[in-house]
Amino acid sequence: MANKVIYAVYEDPEQLKDGARKLVSNGIKVKDTWSPFPIHGIDPIIGVKRTRLAIAAFMYGITGTCLATLGMWYMNIFDWPMNIGGKPSMSYYQNVPAFIPVTFEFTILCAAHGMAITYMIRNKTLPGMPARNPDPRSTDDKFIIEVRTGDNHGHSAEAITSLLRETPVFEINERQY
Amino acid sequence: MNFSITKRARSITFGLMILGVLAAVVGIMGDHTEHHQRTWASLLVNSFFFFGIGLGALFFFALQNATETAWSVLVKRVFESLFSYLKWGWIPLVIVFIAASLHMNHIYHWMDHSLYHEYMVGEGHDAHYVDQLEAGAVANPNYDTIMAGKKAFLNVPFFWIRTIAYLATFIFAGYWFRKQSLQMDKETGDSLVKRMILNYKRSALFLVFFAVFSSILSWDWIMSIDAHWFSTLFGWYTFAGMWVSAMISAVILVLYLKRKGYLPQVSNSHIHDMGKWVFAISFLWTYLYFSQFMLIWYSNIPEEVTYFQDRINNHPWLMWGTFFINFAVPMVLLMSRDAKRNPRFLIFVGTIIFIGHWMDVNMMVMPGSLGHHFHGIGLVEIGMFLAFLGALIHTVLTALTKAPLTVVNHPYLDESVHHQI
Repeated sequence: MANKVIYAVYEDPEQLKDGARKLVSNGIKVKDTWSPFPIHGIDPIIGVKRTRLAIAAFMYGITGTCLATLGMWYMNIFDWPMNIGGKPSMSYYQNVPAFIPVTFEFTILCAAHGMAITYMIRNKTLPGMPARNPDPRSTDDKFIIEVRTGDNHGHSAEAITSLLRETPVFEINERQY
Repeated sequence: MNFSITKRARSITFGLMILGVLAAVVGIMGDHTEHHQRTWASLLVNSFFFFGIGLGALFFFALQNATETAWSVLVKRVFESLFSYLKWGWIPLVIVFIAASLHMNHIYHWMDHSLYHEYMVGEGHDAHYVDQLEAGAVANPNYDTIMAGKKAFLNVPFFWIRTIAYLATFIFAGYWFRKQSLQMDKETGDSLVKRMILNYKRSALFLVFFAVFSSILSWDWIMSIDAHWFSTLFGWYTFAGMWVSAMISAVILVLYLKRKGYLPQVSNSHIHDMGKWVFAISFLWTYLYFSQFMLIWYSNIPEEVTYFQDRINNHPWLMWGTFFINFAVPMVLLMSRDAKRNPRFLIFVGTIIFIGHWMDVNMMVMPGSLGHHFHGIGLVEIGMFLAFLGALIHTVLTALTKAPLTVVNHPYLDESVHHQI
């Protein structure tokens, strides 16, 4: 029997959450969900692992802080000493307030860009990448659960479908893959 | 479910008040500054800090109404109880102002009327001051051109008109919001929605008044201590301090109530949201503090920079310690999601920042009002802090017993119960 992928289409995020809960409580692994906007509280239901994006963002931020400090120190203190605010002490430490805004902005810049790019690479959604969305309606007003029979060897496609029929599902599509 | 104060909580609050008063009395006996200036200054510090907590809570409450925020409906009563402190909190403030107006203390240097007149007739206590040169008049050695230029704003009658306007507005707003909130518990359906919309409109109106008053009251009550100095960012900076102190108090109060088994519907998500507020407002405070400091430091203009020179040279620990505690501690310790969801950790960090913001008010008031007689925080300040803390806790807990801890009816109650992030 070929592996099948089942798409259960819902019209409301709460109904989708109920459907996902029902599947998971029957021991069925949900592969993913698709929705036009983030569904709050779906992650623990379908067992999505905590994102490590925050750690990456912190790393990018620290990189930005270091780069900004190094750059300003080199330009304004070491290579071409500047008289900052009438205080020609030529030391980074004594003029640190003047450098804070740039440090702050560069930290944010690196963290934000790094985070956005990482996110897009990880999700394979960089500009120009082929869309992986199974159903274009999930970008508009439909909410879709994806279940694969390959992940659920103990359950037949019919059993999963009949289980889904018990929830207020809008339609169910099956595909080979 | 109604809240009832445990015996232990009651004895702790009264213990705090008694201990605080005792410590303050011992401290005051050792206060040899002129006119007991130090005692008056620390009374101002503490009455302002704790009044600010009530004010911050009132502001946040109005903000939630005006933005029709749903998640905070479950913890609405906590903010109501916090701003109930405003009912009594104005009294010590007004005592300080009355004493200052009667020259029983010299916290507000500008209240000395001799500064404003160029000439004087006679000498010593019998002297009377005139603006025009007349027979027998001599130049007034106390005449202060800068203060004379600020006379239109900084004069005792106008100061009192403003002070009464602020206090009346805040107390009335607190009373009205509380009454509306209790009324909402009794209503359902259309009348409930109507009342929510009325609250929404009145809150928006209140926020307009609050925006102006919170700024001007910080000039009147705090910034005018250093009457020659001014900073255009001072109002926001003071307001951010009030707001973050109020948010910390609310978080700690919610965690206390949860620990005692109240507020069963308040979930980790609500705690997380309040933790985020503490984190975010700490950054707002830092941003304003630093902006004020950096511009003054950078331009290095003598009449502006004296404010920080005094604090950096004479009280470096207070100056940098305050900044470090109120910025670095929340930044490092509250950044992660887990930290904001961990009650013990949140209480620990919150307590540190709470004390940090109290120190911040000390830094605003003490060097200006005591000058070189200020040698750091001592028994008087700590004693009064404990006494006021006890009074705040007592007022807040008493207010909590007066109404169901979770609102009975609110259009957004259901959404708040299901809040999940």
